Amino acid sequence: MNILVALRMVPDVVEELEVAPDKKWLDLEFVRMVLSESDDHALEEALLIKERQGGKVTVLALDAPELDDALFAALAKGADRAMKITGAEKGVMTREAAHILARVISNEPGLLPADLILSGTQAYDDLDGLVAPLLADELGLPFLGIVTNLQADLSVGKARAVKEYPGGVRGEFEVALPAVFGIQAAEKPPRYVPVAKVRAVMKSQKIESVPAPAMEEVGLSMIQVLEMMKPQVSGHAVMLEGPPQQVSNGLCGILAERGLL
Amino acid sequence: MGGVGLAEELNTSSACTEITFENLLQHPKGREILTCIQCGLCAGTCPHGDVMAYPPRRIIGMLRAGLLEQVFKSDSLLACVACYACMAKCPRNIQLTEVLLPLVKEQVFLRLPELPAELHKALENTLRYGNPTAESPRKRAAWAKTAGVPIRILAEDPRPVDVLWFVECQNSYHPRGQDISRATARLFHALGVDFAILGNEEKCAGECARLLGETGLFDTLMDYNMAVFSKYQFKRIVTSGAHAYDAFKYQYPDGFKYTLEHATPFLSKHMDSLKPRLTRKLEYGVTYHDSCCLGRHNGFYEEPRMLLRAIPGVKLLEMPHNRINAICCGGGGGGMWLDTYYKSKGYERLSERRVKEAVSTGADVIATSCPYEITRFEDALKVLGFDKKMVVKDVTELLSEAMEG
Repeated sequence: MNILVALRMVPDVVEELEVAPDKKWLDLEFVRMVLSESDDHALEEALLIKERQGGKVTVLALDAPELDDALFAALAKGADRAMKITGAEKGVMTREAAHILARVISNEPGLLPADLILSGTQAYDDLDGLVAPLLADELGLPFLGIVTNLQADLSVGKARAVKEYPGGVRGEFEVALPAVFGIQAAEKPPRYVPVAKVRAVMKSQKIESVPAPAMEEVGLSMIQVLEMMKPQVSGHAVMLEGPPQQVSNGLCGILAERGLL
Repeated sequence: MGGVGLAEELNTSSACTEITFENLLQHPKGREILTCIQCGLCAGTCPHGDVMAYPPRRIIGMLRAGLLEQVFKSDSLLACVACYACMAKCPRNIQLTEVLLPLVKEQVFLRLPELPAELHKALENTLRYGNPTAESPRKRAAWAKTAGVPIRILAEDPRPVDVLWFVECQNSYHPRGQDISRATARLFHALGVDFAILGNEEKCAGECARLLGETGLFDTLMDYNMAVFSKYQFKRIVTSGAHAYDAFKYQYPDGFKYTLEHATPFLSKHMDSLKPRLTRKLEYGVTYHDSCCLGRHNGFYEEPRMLLRAIPGVKLLEMPHNRINAICCGGGGGGMWLDTYYKSKGYERLSERRVKEAVSTGADVIATSCPYEITRFEDALKVLGFDKKMVVKDVTELLSEAMEG
């Protein structure tokens, strides 16, 4: 089983986010990047399939700050090959990202033929979850998104996966392989990898670097960011403090003042 | 700060080269283990001895029988809260908590099919953010602005200083821990201590990671903190973290040549100038909980009690289990992040066992000197419905309160 997993680094919201001076995107000098949680699940699903059925897992991602840590962690967890795509313009949008991934997957030796191509379903900077379906379109492969419980059977060249619908209804789907999948959640929470193992992998394994195709080949998004902004504070909660009598007087006063009594 | 990835830090790595599982029986400290007389005092004194499949005595028995793999495959040792009770009682002075248990725990850790979720998050967060609770590393020193006294941050003002105060995670971020930090800062200031903090450059000392068996994480934090220490000139490190004190004293490499003190014993050395400032009478009955690290592991039994006795009005009451017999709050050795796991196994919560004893003394306050204890005991008091009867205060908080009269 040859499995590719497309990973994506997203802004780490543990840190305050700042809007860049041109108000078009986040201030990338300030932001820290972290592996998208949903992609971490896609990686886990790939590793579980590999453990069950054997095969090879390759992770690839567009270069970003702290990507090396995420790729080495993926290798330490059990991925066989890690690849970073360097030189893409900063802040590429979903469509360009999908196109770059598709070009690299098609052109780099050893990546195709792949049986399964996995990614997460959504990312902080891809709320529409379009990277995986656009990638499938570019590669001319079927796409099954927002799925769990991915089961592949190479002997018949098919895979099954489950989608959950509102009201708790579940649907099981079958698709011919190769195919692209957007993983909603792995069967188990993404595994912990001891730091010593990551450190050992850093010494023994390499991350491959692949240059991104030139931007003119990629084409421009038809969607433009007009303005990125932080929410404006519109009001404040008033905390009433003091002894109960005082608090209740205060509360009655406010209600009366607004004509609610 | 922040943004320095593991990959970039690896070049400065200098992992601990001491006793390992492989050289255990060649190492003099390791061979001591074989002098065990199988008396079982360790299992009897262990706060989780009743629920552990493999308490220390049995681990040594399995080691002798060549059956350690069975111990490694069991998750029994996750119940070890690294409280030093077994080691303190061992008639053969076998270094159980310091040598044997972390080595075995490391092997258990590496074989666990799945880490308990809270522990998993805490370890990942500590690697990424330098603290277990995923707080922003850029906000580590944010509390300092609320201290009410000036606090020097070395990155901003790197002049040499007497005391490098290592605040630690809980006291940097948790609201109750920040209360301790404010109290400590006020005390240092009143005593004229020349002190400064690392601010956002500080990261977790890593003691729990080490005792839990996550040695790679420990090594990463140690390398980082040692590199930061080497940037500045100071005469001593005073830490508010009882676990950080242990990490620096016992686990950091030979290169750690700094004079080291914990804040509570450090303050007791300033008794002459502190006592005249304790003018406000606090009419509390106070029972002191000996932290495992400060008490059993380092013998600081009298210093905190001396400080409490110096507060006018305070009546010191002892729990039946005090000093060497104190019952662990359950937070050590990773226990801080294993409450849900322990509960799923049906274990009694050690912090609840402890506060029941504290309440039975009739005291109003349980006084502590380890940052973990505040939240663990406050939670336990709430769970047991004792939160109107008793409050938890750090020794520094009580001293600061008595100073305001």
